[in-house]
Amino acid sequence: MSRGLIIGAFLTLIFALLACVSLLWIPYDIETFQIPNKLKTPNWDNWLGTDHFGRDILSMVMMGARTSIAVALLAVGIGMVIGVPLGLFSAARRGSFLDEFIMRGNDLIFAFPSLVIAILITAVFGPSAVNAIVAIGIFNIPVFARLTRAAALPLWERDFVLSARVCGKSETRISVEHIFPNIMNLMIVQGTIQFSLGILAEASLSYIGLGAQPPTASWGRMLADAQTLVSIAPHVALVPGFAILLMVLGLNLMGDGLRDLFDPRIKNDRT
Amino acid sequence: MHKLLLSVTVSTFALIAGGTSAQTDITVAIQLEPPNLDPTGGAAQAIDSVLYSNVFEGLTRFDGDGAVVPGLAKDWDISGDGTVYTFNLNSGVTFHDGTSMDAEDVKFSLDRARSEDSTNAQKGLFAGITDVTVIDPMIIKVTLDQPNGSFLFNMAWGDAVIVAAESIENIASNPIGTGAFEFSDWVQGDRLELVRNDDYWGTPAVLETATFRFISDPTAAFAAVMAEDVDVFVGFPAPENLPQFEADSRFQVLVGNTEGETILSTNNKMPPFDNLLVRKAVAHAIDRQAIIDGAMFGYGTPIGTHFAPHNPDYVDLLANSPYDPVKAKAFLAEAGFPDGFTTTLKLPPPSYARRGGEIIASQLRQIGINAEISNLEWSQWLDEVFKAKDFGLSIVSHTEPMDIGIYANPEYYFQYDNADFQALMVELNATADPAGRTALLAKAQKIISEDYVNGYLFELAVATVAKAGVRGLWVNQPTAAVDLTVVSWAD
Repeated sequence: MSRGLIIGAFLTLIFALLACVSLLWIPYDIETFQIPNKLKTPNWDNWLGTDHFGRDILSMVMMGARTSIAVALLAVGIGMVIGVPLGLFSAARRGSFLDEFIMRGNDLIFAFPSLVIAILITAVFGPSAVNAIVAIGIFNIPVFARLTRAAALPLWERDFVLSARVCGKSETRISVEHIFPNIMNLMIVQGTIQFSLGILAEASLSYIGLGAQPPTASWGRMLADAQTLVSIAPHVALVPGFAILLMVLGLNLMGDGLRDLFDPRIKNDRT
Repeated sequence: MHKLLLSVTVSTFALIAGGTSAQTDITVAIQLEPPNLDPTGGAAQAIDSVLYSNVFEGLTRFDGDGAVVPGLAKDWDISGDGTVYTFNLNSGVTFHDGTSMDAEDVKFSLDRARSEDSTNAQKGLFAGITDVTVIDPMIIKVTLDQPNGSFLFNMAWGDAVIVAAESIENIASNPIGTGAFEFSDWVQGDRLELVRNDDYWGTPAVLETATFRFISDPTAAFAAVMAEDVDVFVGFPAPENLPQFEADSRFQVLVGNTEGETILSTNNKMPPFDNLLVRKAVAHAIDRQAIIDGAMFGYGTPIGTHFAPHNPDYVDLLANSPYDPVKAKAFLAEAGFPDGFTTTLKLPPPSYARRGGEIIASQLRQIGINAEISNLEWSQWLDEVFKAKDFGLSIVSHTEPMDIGIYANPEYYFQYDNADFQALMVELNATADPAGRTALLAKAQKIISEDYVNGYLFELAVATVAKAGVRGLWVNQPTAAVDLTVVSWAD
């Protein structure tokens, strides 16, 4: 295992842990504002200080981690649940009209700049966490569909698939029982990378006010709220900024590490 | 690198030039860009911010303290019964296109504003006028259907400025007025330029040119002032940054009062807000000081009714709705909502609304009301809240001066319909005697405060950040205006 993978997994685990803990307990209630206590620098009571409404920033970061992870996870989930079957189907029917239709449809979605369309979707249907999930999720579909198809195509030429066909298994069964298990590693790697992109996309959408709405905490909105306070209380902006940075860094390191670990080509090079 | 060198050269040059004579141009930033340039046709305040007193003038005008002083009218006589106003106009006044300003133009302006198809945003100002007659080119007679104690005040509004028939067609893009500045250029989305009117009838302006710029983003506003890209920012949007400017000797900070009653607008026709007890509960759940401190960083004066606290007729009714969550919960239970309810809280862009909204939502949660926040752009807010009345709660600052009359209009977006109040406003309009007016205004303030029509939060403060050398700026905002006619630079 590479060092990057360990550091990445460690960072990711910390934030996942923070999010999990926030389900049960956070240091302070963030829905009750303590205005007289605003803009405190980090101290023993508030480890990361307080924001402009007197809310505990550590609690906000924990709740924000939950929002970010939930949104990114669901968005990647949408992409996988729809994209992977589409890719498997296309690979099974490679060269057919339906294959063409599905892949060109994916190209169409892929051709749009994702964040701009996400902004459009949330602007039309109203800003909310759910719409952010859908908007980010839609753009994960072609990523997974293409990758699945590309990975599945060579597998269809392999002998074990041929023997499965000889046994009389249908295309669907072969896809599910033989193709999918062989590309799962790739999906996990891509999923990790898409997950980090999802975190960034959620933060970007919240930053411009189109993500989760208050009082739900969100790193992007924390950053936007702190913008005018940078010169008087820099910690209010630095904390969510570093949270986004470390989380995305962790996921990317982990994604790279996992790829090195799983990718058969790299493995072959080594042996 | 080239850029850096260039700016060093330029600033050195400016330093040398600065020593010889005072600066004669100014760059003023305001938050919003006007949608058009017709103060007699558009409702947007930004139109008045740029043009009031600078380009357009009315018969009377507001000075920086909010007092009504003569404008194009030199003086006036009021008939004994208070229904006929005879204005003597200043002579030698010309519009910027060279045509002269006389009684015909006044008649044209007033008749246009009060006509059936007028698009004037404040038609109520002209409602009582029954006849406008030209006596001679310099004298005009205005007849009202009944005495109106606030007629001279009404004529000072930006919506009542004098325009000319010759130039009315293109007023929205090329405003021609009588003021000390002429409109020169408008690059939409960027800037609007005014130049001095050298043929001005009164005291000419000191400045030769003025450029307006439009910066609504608080961070960009801070950067623009800090970098000295703008000389003055009227209505600085980020109160949290003011202490920094105060501590910086390059700048001066003027904090004044406005006519902006910031209220928690409540849809009086939408259940459960049609129930007085629910509105009363909301009013008692609000901690005004927390909102002023949290959203405005301490700038603002708490209000208990829809009236400006600096107005001599203001009645302090804060005692009607002290912060008392226990009482609020009791009122809510009495109204039949012991477990609270869910409603919408639609917020326009200014920080008083966005931040104030989060604070109010948090305060309402304490008594069980779940106010779902949605952040809207101004155009969405106008459509959804102001026009379609599709909202439970909203926060907005009503910046028109003396606008308690909006409560007499049941069609107004918060939909308050009280026959007693409407009768009171009719009586008020017919009363010219100051003591009588004071009593009626006190009564009116009391009615809406005790009916808890809206949540009364605070009187908006206006902050102007300017370079230390700028003189003559308005501190207060009695009306939306950036009056540059007496502004100058210290030597």
